[in-house]
Amino acid sequence: MFTELLGQHFVHTALMAGAVVAVVSGAIGTFVVTRGASFAVHAVSELGFTGAAGALVLGIDPVAGMLAGSLLVGGVLGLLSLRGRERDSAIGAVLAFGLGVGVLFLNLYQGYATEATNLLFGSIVGVSDRQLAVLAVVAAIVLAGIAAAYRPLLFSSIDPEVAEARGVPLRALSVLTFLLLALTTAEAIQVVGVLLVLTLVITPAAAAQRLTANPATAILLSIVIALVATEGGILLSLQQPWPTSFFISTISFAAYLGARMRTWSS
Amino acid sequence: MTDERQAVVDAQGLRLQFGERLLWDGLGFALHEGEFLAVLGPNGSGKTSLVRILLGLLAPTAGSVRVAGQAPGLARAKVGYVPQQSGFDPDAPLRGCDLVRLGLDGHRWGLAFSSRDADERVRGALADVGATGYCDAPVGRLSGGEQQRLRIAQALVSDPALLLADEPLLSLDLASQRIVIDLLDRRRRHAGTPVVFVTHDVNPILGLADRVLYLAPGRWAIGTPAEVLTTETLSRLYDTPVDVLHVRGRIVVVGTPDDEGVHHHEHAQAR
Repeated sequence: MFTELLGQHFVHTALMAGAVVAVVSGAIGTFVVTRGASFAVHAVSELGFTGAAGALVLGIDPVAGMLAGSLLVGGVLGLLSLRGRERDSAIGAVLAFGLGVGVLFLNLYQGYATEATNLLFGSIVGVSDRQLAVLAVVAAIVLAGIAAAYRPLLFSSIDPEVAEARGVPLRALSVLTFLLLALTTAEAIQVVGVLLVLTLVITPAAAAQRLTANPATAILLSIVIALVATEGGILLSLQQPWPTSFFISTISFAAYLGARMRTWSS
Repeated sequence: MTDERQAVVDAQGLRLQFGERLLWDGLGFALHEGEFLAVLGPNGSGKTSLVRILLGLLAPTAGSVRVAGQAPGLARAKVGYVPQQSGFDPDAPLRGCDLVRLGLDGHRWGLAFSSRDADERVRGALADVGATGYCDAPVGRLSGGEQQRLRIAQALVSDPALLLADEPLLSLDLASQRIVIDLLDRRRRHAGTPVVFVTHDVNPILGLADRVLYLAPGRWAIGTPAEVLTTETLSRLYDTPVDVLHVRGRIVVVGTPDDEGVHHHEHAQAR
């Protein structure tokens, strides 16, 4: 059964899509975690859901709606570049409203409820060749953005005060971070769903940062953990017909726990 | 001042106003090579705003500033900036060397490739502040004093023409305060780099400061510590009777509107 499934085209597509999403999620995660913006990931992803639900109502491609929703809220959060408690409550307010609107859209949408479930919980095995191509292009854009702005991204996310004194445009980099995050989120939603984006964007980066203080190594480790979780999760769900998202989040969380325990014991 | 040399900082007729609130007007001073200027004053008197003006991050309401002969925004590459100890996240993915390296080229686009020149400069800056051992240490796991040592290396690695330090001693123990002050002073004596040192407590730098710029709400005064830190001058600045007491070689200011008995409790975060 398992080996039979491994030969299937849709499984190959799923594994490739999972790899693409894992690489971008692991990479951007490091900058999001150092900014202390984990909660923002949730907001961007839920607003992506609202956008996708809106697109379903209008009868257009939900992925386009998802991109629009997450880019919009990502751009706004980046522009506000709030810090600390103010950002926390602002995100909470925006997130709740966006989700409310999403619920209305779902109610208005007369199609299959599976579409909505897929958005919320992911549907990696349903990825088409065309979707895979789109995933790869968007991932290339995100990686190119990170590479082009690597140093000021790192500087502004870890050491904003001195970065500003050295002439790093903090607001522009905040916007850039959140736009790259929005693109990544729209990718990750297609694999793990709106509710589990954090498991690919935050958990691997947080685990990696417990294991190394070298920024480049932290990014690479974060990518590796996200890759193991995604690919492992897909393979396990072939063995045992439970949701892929469950396996992915479990592996990701296990890596996080392991990283924490390693630093506790040392 | 009848100094013929070109001033590193030349500020003239500075006025800073936020809405109705006037912080200072007509503020002018020149800072020359080798000078140590202490900037003192209560919360909200515009100490940090002055630093931001010198960095070109804030435009004064009126007046002009030149830093190393240029507009402040253009001179940023020539300014080393030491912030107050900020406490990095313990898991921040950054080592001592990375922090110093950011001070060298963190503002440039692209990836951070290691180059022999950059590595040498980072190592040199670390050695200058006695922090060679912190190169591989996660910055978030270092003590406040150790972090401030790295901060100074980060400010010095670009070989600045001016050092700006904004409350660099805040939340440091006395021994670490001494180290931070000595390192800044050493750079000033060896390379002639002038220092602008913002602090709410003058005592740690009393023997060092050539001049004091005292900012008070709506007023200011500049001169030697002996000229400025007097009962007369501060009473005039605050427009209320203020006593400057000399106790065991320390200066204690009593009676200012934000007085809390001794003049070193406040946490300046005026923006």
